[in-house]
Amino acid sequence: MKSGSNLEKVLEGGYFGVTAEVGPPKGALATVIRRKGELLKFYCDAMNVTDNQTAIVRMSSWSGCILLKEMGIDPVMQMVVRDRNRIAIQSDILGAVALGVRNVLCLSGDHQKFGNHPTAKGVYDIDSIQLIQILKTMRDEKKFLCGEEVSGEVPLFIGAVENPFADPFEYRVKRLAKKVKAGADFIQTQAVFDVGKFTKWMGMLRDQGLDKKVHILAGVIPIKSVGMARYMRDNVSGISVPDEIVTRMEEAKDVKEEGVKIALEIIDQLKEVDGIHGIHIMAVAWEDIVPVIVERAGLLPRPIL
Amino acid sequence: MYTITKQKPFEEIEKGLDDEKVYIVGCGTCATVCQTGGKAEVLEMKMKLEEIGRSVTGWMVIPTVCDSLTKEALIEEAEAVNKADIILVMSCSFGVLTVSRYSDKIVIPALNTLFIGMEDTPKHFYEICIQCGDCILAFTGGICPIARCAKQLLNGPCGGAQGGKCEISPDMPCAWQIIIERLSKTGRLHKLEELMPPKNWGLSPTSWVANSKR
Repeated sequence: MKSGSNLEKVLEGGYFGVTAEVGPPKGALATVIRRKGELLKFYCDAMNVTDNQTAIVRMSSWSGCILLKEMGIDPVMQMVVRDRNRIAIQSDILGAVALGVRNVLCLSGDHQKFGNHPTAKGVYDIDSIQLIQILKTMRDEKKFLCGEEVSGEVPLFIGAVENPFADPFEYRVKRLAKKVKAGADFIQTQAVFDVGKFTKWMGMLRDQGLDKKVHILAGVIPIKSVGMARYMRDNVSGISVPDEIVTRMEEAKDVKEEGVKIALEIIDQLKEVDGIHGIHIMAVAWEDIVPVIVERAGLLPRPIL
Repeated sequence: MYTITKQKPFEEIEKGLDDEKVYIVGCGTCATVCQTGGKAEVLEMKMKLEEIGRSVTGWMVIPTVCDSLTKEALIEEAEAVNKADIILVMSCSFGVLTVSRYSDKIVIPALNTLFIGMEDTPKHFYEICIQCGDCILAFTGGICPIARCAKQLLNGPCGGAQGGKCEISPDMPCAWQIIIERLSKTGRLHKLEELMPPKNWGLSPTSWVANSKR
């Protein structure tokens, strides 16, 4: 075991993993995190806490993770390279590990232009692949980026993201290979709506043997409303929502139920894709639907290891 | 290659002038190409200043303000320059600093200096180099991701690239898309499989590290 985290145990144990996303509040209320933790506790193996997602200032990811950890939940600390340089990043990692965080997800982060402080200076001192490599070196060689020694162990389960729907499509697999080479233990993908394209991407990935080297969790976003479906199709960079899904939502009598059905159909198809090791549910502002989806997808009970 | 400039809002220039007499310096090189500080813009500025009651003691467009010949140009124009309290320079910051070096007058910029760039279509410029002090163009097909990727990624592209465009603007090409295309064409795509290590940002002349060694 590299970190001994619950997520690592589940994935290394060959179970079909389930992770969920917890968005921290735009404020200092711990109860927001605790309530979401309580709601999702028995329905997933680990919970991601986002790091100022879409560049909007929220409670820090690491503090959200500690609040979950206190409840016996295995957190995944998301960390973007947009807001911290290599000094702050390594320091925050040490602090988070000291407080019991074991899973870290490495991302570039949405550009600051999209957030509520668009005139901020983006840091981007290192990129997400370099971040993966830095964490691996801290864990395996017990060394900082500069080569100096880290005292004690830094047990980490290192995650990365990939977006099979971004361009150039042919290069996405090569980039994933780079992340694996840098030290990624698990991958959480962007939300899948176009299962056909995703399956093609997975095929390319299997050809390189990458599904044997890294655990892949496919992203799932349940759609709550027609507006959300349209918004994601038209405005969210990196997400590809086929027109067919938008039409289904538009024509549905019970829109929310249709959203759940679409998510369940996608999960069913994903389960059949060779090399998929689990799903990552990002129920943005609709966390209370996660238990329903996990139960109806036949993914209960979650393994106790 | 040009130093790309943009005119400051007139209100900002006006604020810096108080009631004082002004001499205007334009530049015949980059600022003329950018249409921010050539003869036409200098004359327009003169007119605008006079309209709000400022006195303009004279003006000139120096072929290249950042050149040392600016010293001679200021001597030639000494009579008009000496009557002024302020020299308003309509060039990039290099020009503003050059004029400051050769004159004891208060020197203020009329332009904001944006970047070192190239013109692709008329009046449309893009940044090509940030002068980082550690050129990596050999590995990236002659396209600089530090200057042209919004996240300065060395192992790009990020997950926001779509249809060859950057996530921050549909007008901005994804630098990594261009890099990948160029390396593919020359059979060098495999070069990107190597992990690019974190960059040494301390080599730029603007950094404290580099300055301390001078």
